[in-house]
Amino acid sequence: MTVCQLVTRELAYRKWNFLLAILAVAMAATTYLLTSALLKSTDLTTAALVSRKVLDTERAMLRLEDEMRKSMKGLGFNIYIFPENQDLGEVYDKGFASKTMPETYVEKLANSSIITVNHLLPALTQKLTWPEQKRSIILIGIRGEVPLAHRNPLEPLIDPVASGQIVLGCELHQGPGFKPGDKLSLMGREFTIAKCHPERGSKDDITAWVNLSDAQQLLGKQGLINEIQALECNCVTIDRLAEVRKDLLAILPGTRVIEIGSQALARAEARLHAGATATQELASVKAQRSELRVQRETLAALLLPLIALMGLLAVIVLTLLNVRERLAEIGVFLALGIHSTTLLAVFLIKAVVSGVLGGVLGAALALLGIAVCRERLFDGHAIAALLDPSELAWLLVSMPVFAASAAWVPSFWASRRDPAEVLRHD
Amino acid sequence: MTENILQISSLEKHYPARSGKDVPVLRELDLSLSPGDFVALRGPSGCGKTTLLLCAGALLRPTAGSVLIDASNPYALSAAARSAFRAAHVGFVFQNFHLVPYLSVLDNIMLCGLAAAPQPTLPTRAIDMLDKLGLSHRLHHRPAELSTGEQQRVALVRALAGGANLILADEPTGNLDAANSRILLDTLADFASEGGAVLMVTHEPSASDRAFTRLDMRDGCLHSC
Repeated sequence: MTVCQLVTRELAYRKWNFLLAILAVAMAATTYLLTSALLKSTDLTTAALVSRKVLDTERAMLRLEDEMRKSMKGLGFNIYIFPENQDLGEVYDKGFASKTMPETYVEKLANSSIITVNHLLPALTQKLTWPEQKRSIILIGIRGEVPLAHRNPLEPLIDPVASGQIVLGCELHQGPGFKPGDKLSLMGREFTIAKCHPERGSKDDITAWVNLSDAQQLLGKQGLINEIQALECNCVTIDRLAEVRKDLLAILPGTRVIEIGSQALARAEARLHAGATATQELASVKAQRSELRVQRETLAALLLPLIALMGLLAVIVLTLLNVRERLAEIGVFLALGIHSTTLLAVFLIKAVVSGVLGGVLGAALALLGIAVCRERLFDGHAIAALLDPSELAWLLVSMPVFAASAAWVPSFWASRRDPAEVLRHD
Repeated sequence: MTENILQISSLEKHYPARSGKDVPVLRELDLSLSPGDFVALRGPSGCGKTTLLLCAGALLRPTAGSVLIDASNPYALSAAARSAFRAAHVGFVFQNFHLVPYLSVLDNIMLCGLAAAPQPTLPTRAIDMLDKLGLSHRLHHRPAELSTGEQQRVALVRALAGGANLILADEPTGNLDAANSRILLDTLADFASEGGAVLMVTHEPSASDRAFTRLDMRDGCLHSC
């Protein structure tokens, strides 16, 4: 007869006590693993949400930056240079200058060493009546970008319109039903339609773009322009307009320089605001998840000790019941000369066995619980991500220690019973 | 001169009372058992019979006096050494048998092996003894599957199989019918005849008649009958 044989026979005999002890340990183990998995699931979901949000925000910001860059070409921080003596009130009123200046001004600027300007676009703009269609239009003659002599060529912001071709705003092509490739007559000259713009909801809808030289011919203003757009200006100071003005007027004295960018600035601000909102949303998501984490941590902080205590108490009570039931048996063991240390080992081995089996059962129940409630409670995360093998190993080691600790006091009490006292009262 | 198996001299045992004054149970008691002695101890309830058995069996430390088993004082030993000493020298038989309910007949007897040093001959000795007592067909039965007589016979084999030469029996026939009582008493008598010593507490005249010596116990003292 060995101690282990004695333990196994007793376990088989008092199976309900043993099963209840296993269940108590399993309950503690399952609760621990599920709580841990729940917290891990929260962390994983938070990490996924935040990284997705960060990615979304980064993408959105890149898109906004790109849109901003493009919008700057027409409406951004753009400087408009108008001829000397141009009444700026008229410009603000009509949207274009009535005075003209030599086209050579733009060459002068391009050949200068100006560094605050990136793109130069000369244009001749005039509002007129399209005699053939009997309607008002804005005619803009453009020649595309004038390369700056001291710069490497930059990606053009505006494609020039080839001579003999015309680009129409929405109102101008939709009414008559013009399509790209059609031919039309403007002020007696025939043009081929190069492009038809969709509706923009601005004066662009009644604008026709032609090559600058064609416009100069049509309007009888050869060699003249009435505006130069200086785009994507780079300034280092806060007073950017003054900085650019200073540079430009040094080259083209007397010209009127204004910034027509309020709309673009508003858009830029809106985009910056959108960016800030995205960042705020990200912070909000983080805060919400953090709050959820705290809630779950609080739950775990309450639940885990409670369940551990219940498990501990259950094992203590079950061991105590077992000991009380076996008092006469303990007395006989001691009377037969079995040492109290051997008796202590008998009780503790039983507790360790229930700890091992309870740990295994608890782990199995936790795995089952996660598998069943994976979508509902654990945000669909993989079991492998929720349960760390080292954590499982730690649990399987700690549960026998947990059970043995719980059983220690009643077992020690039983093993130190006075056999004479037990037998005398039996 | 034959050495006594049990030598009790001036034995006193007091139990503490709630009043703070100790209650004397055994007074200046002397008893010696030599090989071949089979002593029946009679007396009214509460006179100290069981206390004497426990003191004699190295289970209950006396208040005063000495107990020598095979010329050794078990109370001078450490708890662990006293347990081992008890396993080697003393066998107990109880009125309620005290068999371990979840162990088979054979395993109940093999419990002795858990207490003492490994005894390779223990299984053979146990089976022989069970066979002599007509229990060879019950080796793997649990106590609940046995009759009371069979249970007491198993308890007796458990007391004898460990190799003890002193058997302390507390009302061993108290729950047995006449036939089973006779078997048990005969076995105890045989054990004594073969050089062992038996101290048996009993209320039953038939049991005490079977012993070689009868002692009465009154007020913690022994009187020859």
